[in-house]
Amino acid sequence: MKTDKRFEILRTGVAIGVALLIGFIVTCLVSEAPLKAFGYFLRGPFTTTRRFAAFLEAAIPLTFTGLAISLVFSAGQFNLGAEGQFFIGAVAATAAGIYLDLPPVIHTLVCLLAGIAAGAVAGFIPGILKAKWNASELVSSLMLNYVFLKLGMYLVTYHMRDQSVGALVSLPLKETSLLTQFIPNTRIHTGVFILLITVLFCYYYLFRTSQGYEVRMTGQNIEFARYSGIPVLSVILSVQVLAGAIAGLGGAVEMLGIYKRFQWLASPGYGFDGVIVATLAKNNPALVPVTALFLAYLRVGADVMAIYSDVSAEMVAIIQAVIILLVTAEAFLSGYRRRMLLREVKQSASAS
Amino acid sequence: MEGGKESQREGPILLMEGITKIYPTGLVANSNVTFEVREGEIHALVGENGAGKTTLMKVLFGLEKHDAGNIFVKGEQVNITSPRQAIGHGIGMVHQHFMLAPSLTVAENIVLGQEPRKGIWFDQKKAAETCIDLGKKYGLEVDPYAKIADVPVGVKQRVEILKALLRGSEILVLDEPTAVLTPQETVELFAALKALKEGGHTIIFISHKLAEVKEISDRVTVMRSGRVVGTRNTEEISIRDLSNMMVGRDVELELPRPKMSAEDRREVRLLVKDLKYVRDNKDVLKDINLQVKSGEIVGIAGIEGNGQAELVEILTGLCECHEGTIQICGEDATEKKPGEIRELGLSHIPQDRMTFGVAAEASVAENLISTRYNKPPISNGFLLNLKAIFATCLDLINKFEIKANDPKQPVNTLSGGNIQKVVVAREFSTDPEVIIANQPTRGIDIGASESIHKYLVNATENGAAVLLISADLSEVMGLSNRLLVMYEGRIVAHFPDAEAVTEEELGLYMLGVKHQEPDEIVASLMGEAG
Ligand SMILES: Nc1ncnc2c1ncn2[C@@H]1O[C@H](COP(=O)(O)OP(=O)(O)O)[C@@H](O)[C@H]1O
Ligand SMILES: [Mg+2]
Repeated sequence: MKTDKRFEILRTGVAIGVALLIGFIVTCLVSEAPLKAFGYFLRGPFTTTRRFAAFLEAAIPLTFTGLAISLVFSAGQFNLGAEGQFFIGAVAATAAGIYLDLPPVIHTLVCLLAGIAAGAVAGFIPGILKAKWNASELVSSLMLNYVFLKLGMYLVTYHMRDQSVGALVSLPLKETSLLTQFIPNTRIHTGVFILLITVLFCYYYLFRTSQGYEVRMTGQNIEFARYSGIPVLSVILSVQVLAGAIAGLGGAVEMLGIYKRFQWLASPGYGFDGVIVATLAKNNPALVPVTALFLAYLRVGADVMAIYSDVSAEMVAIIQAVIILLVTAEAFLSGYRRRMLLREVKQSASAS
Repeated sequence: MEGGKESQREGPILLMEGITKIYPTGLVANSNVTFEVREGEIHALVGENGAGKTTLMKVLFGLEKHDAGNIFVKGEQVNITSPRQAIGHGIGMVHQHFMLAPSLTVAENIVLGQEPRKGIWFDQKKAAETCIDLGKKYGLEVDPYAKIADVPVGVKQRVEILKALLRGSEILVLDEPTAVLTPQETVELFAALKALKEGGHTIIFISHKLAEVKEISDRVTVMRSGRVVGTRNTEEISIRDLSNMMVGRDVELELPRPKMSAEDRREVRLLVKDLKYVRDNKDVLKDINLQVKSGEIVGIAGIEGNGQAELVEILTGLCECHEGTIQICGEDATEKKPGEIRELGLSHIPQDRMTFGVAAEASVAENLISTRYNKPPISNGFLLNLKAIFATCLDLINKFEIKANDPKQPVNTLSGGNIQKVVVAREFSTDPEVIIANQPTRGIDIGASESIHKYLVNATENGAAVLLISADLSEVMGLSNRLLVMYEGRIVAHFPDAEAVTEEELGLYMLGVKHQEPDEIVASLMGEAG
């Protein structure tokens, strides 16, 4: 088992190396000054404090959606609804932030709860469709992403819009609802602590509670889970609700921590990035912050490169794709492992 | 090794030398195996499940690529990378799982790939004649116009053999051919094999049933965990010695039967009344009545696919669509879900351990607690108690002699026998009142089978009621106190004393040749109810 773990780490490392190499080759093809451009990409987040902060800030929503996705994936449910749940969670928090009049802290908590509730409802729908009628959660959650995006845009445009501003933005949220940005010159906010608690919660939930055990067994082998007496349908439903709640919370935290008004015109894409984050973390909540930081690093690096060179930020999509393919491809490097084993057999044969 | 010298002149017809095969999973299935077969002999290849017999033959037949070693046919080194090449060298193989087209006829299957033609059309009549001629020649008669989907396994096997013969096989490999046959069909197969041998064919016969090996083979090669232990002349070795070679230690050949007098078996733990199950307008199960009492093992014999699997699924709550009533420990269990049925005291050793019995990639510990993950001491209802889990699992690993280094190890890194022990340990750990054991020792090594039989008998003697379903006649006859036979979804016989039944008689019921009258069965079952 130890060799296998070492092999996993080796494989992930080599996958990242190969992906960067391919990224570099692509850079060479498109750029006049590839070394300089790639240098910006690699060092990007470390070039200024502002950029370093941007890198950390970007990791926060990615971690939330990554956690949500790793929960549903652990249960073997390919619910990709985190996108819509995150969005509708932000809209719900916005509404609560604009229209409620409450003392500080309490107001924030209520806004967060609004986000949680909205996300949970959004997770409940594909969950119940799956549990009751065996409708593919993959399809229903993807379609619902559009529903929640359009619903959110409708609510903001027709019910929360600030008419006095030319751009399409909501009324400002009340000061009492916002999370504090506690490091000067950055937008890093107290949502970080909520995030850490959520990471711990997800990890403990999945690996230390009976319910988490139900979730994991259902995901690993649903026939086995049913045979063992685990109520698989209610597990499938509750894990999707819980994941929706976490993604919704993520949306609310992002809203209250970074913005003063709701100003997204399209879905920000954190839900789909969450799939990448969860996949790289092998659905382990404890690893999700790490892979979220990794992805955020690539993103900020790409932005910096795009500013200072002739390479566009989209190149990072290529690197991402290669890493994911290689990390998830079971067969990658398995020939190497096989040769090691063959050598072992030959040795033991000649020894006997 | 021994006695091989005088035939050195001609050399063996087949020599596999130093074969090593490693599966992509990293499993070393053959390790430096040398295997030699003489012309015109029936050579048995024996070994426990997982010893690597099938793998070795797949290498020979070009279905798996070997990582080291050479193959010689009639003294010439050959390079076989596909079944087509193997056939070209005169090698034919009848697989453990048949590879026939079910919608085609017997004749069409046999001539598949070399169809006789009239102009551009397939010549049905010529094909049928070919089959009949070939069948007559070797005593393997078949109805050429029957559809494969409609014929019994024994006939499918003949079709496979004929198919190989038609392609000019001189060396015929049969992978566990008797595993799917009734005693009667086995007799017929053996007659055919002897005829083939007379005709000059060489036969490699794979089995782990040693009595058969004794009966049919000239020489025998024993494999154990991927290696060859030795080759012997069959006449010169006893069954006991063979089984010791296979397992690597002394084994007990007699099966124990729970010893509890009939008077002590009072309490009815499992009661099934008028169970019926219809699927696609066909009666899968009909008029099933049975009961199992505390302290007895009731065996269900029967060829696979006669409703046993469905019966077990219904009893354990995995399948819900049926009529009739089921009671477990006096409580109605007819409409209950698997979890609720387990609450009533039922345990279930499933037939397909990798689908139902374990989550393959989960750890040994996670697999051991799946039926009580929300009960103390494993959990306080919400949080898992990792210490208690660890202690419980170590205890079970010791008690059931599971060969695992660490409870955290993924269960699929264990051998089949040890995986089954994990299942059995878990199912016994809840002190069940009723145990449904479906093929509890299928596909696992003798050592593990022995232990599992012992645990079953112990649990029964401590008061559990056991329903044992097995296609392995020696198992079901050796362990049961009472025997039932299933055929086409019905119970066709009840033997209140399993010791008084012979294999041949049971075979006749299993094939549907004989059956007891329904009234008679119910009466004798009720008599048991007393
Ligand atoms: N395709 C495969 N991939 C990985 N492992 C395999 C495969 N086929 C067989 N094995 C493993 O190789 C070993 C030998 O299997 P097999 O040759 O089928 O044994 P036998 O026929 O003697 O029962 C077993 O441990 C089995 O699990
Ligand atoms: Mg085999």
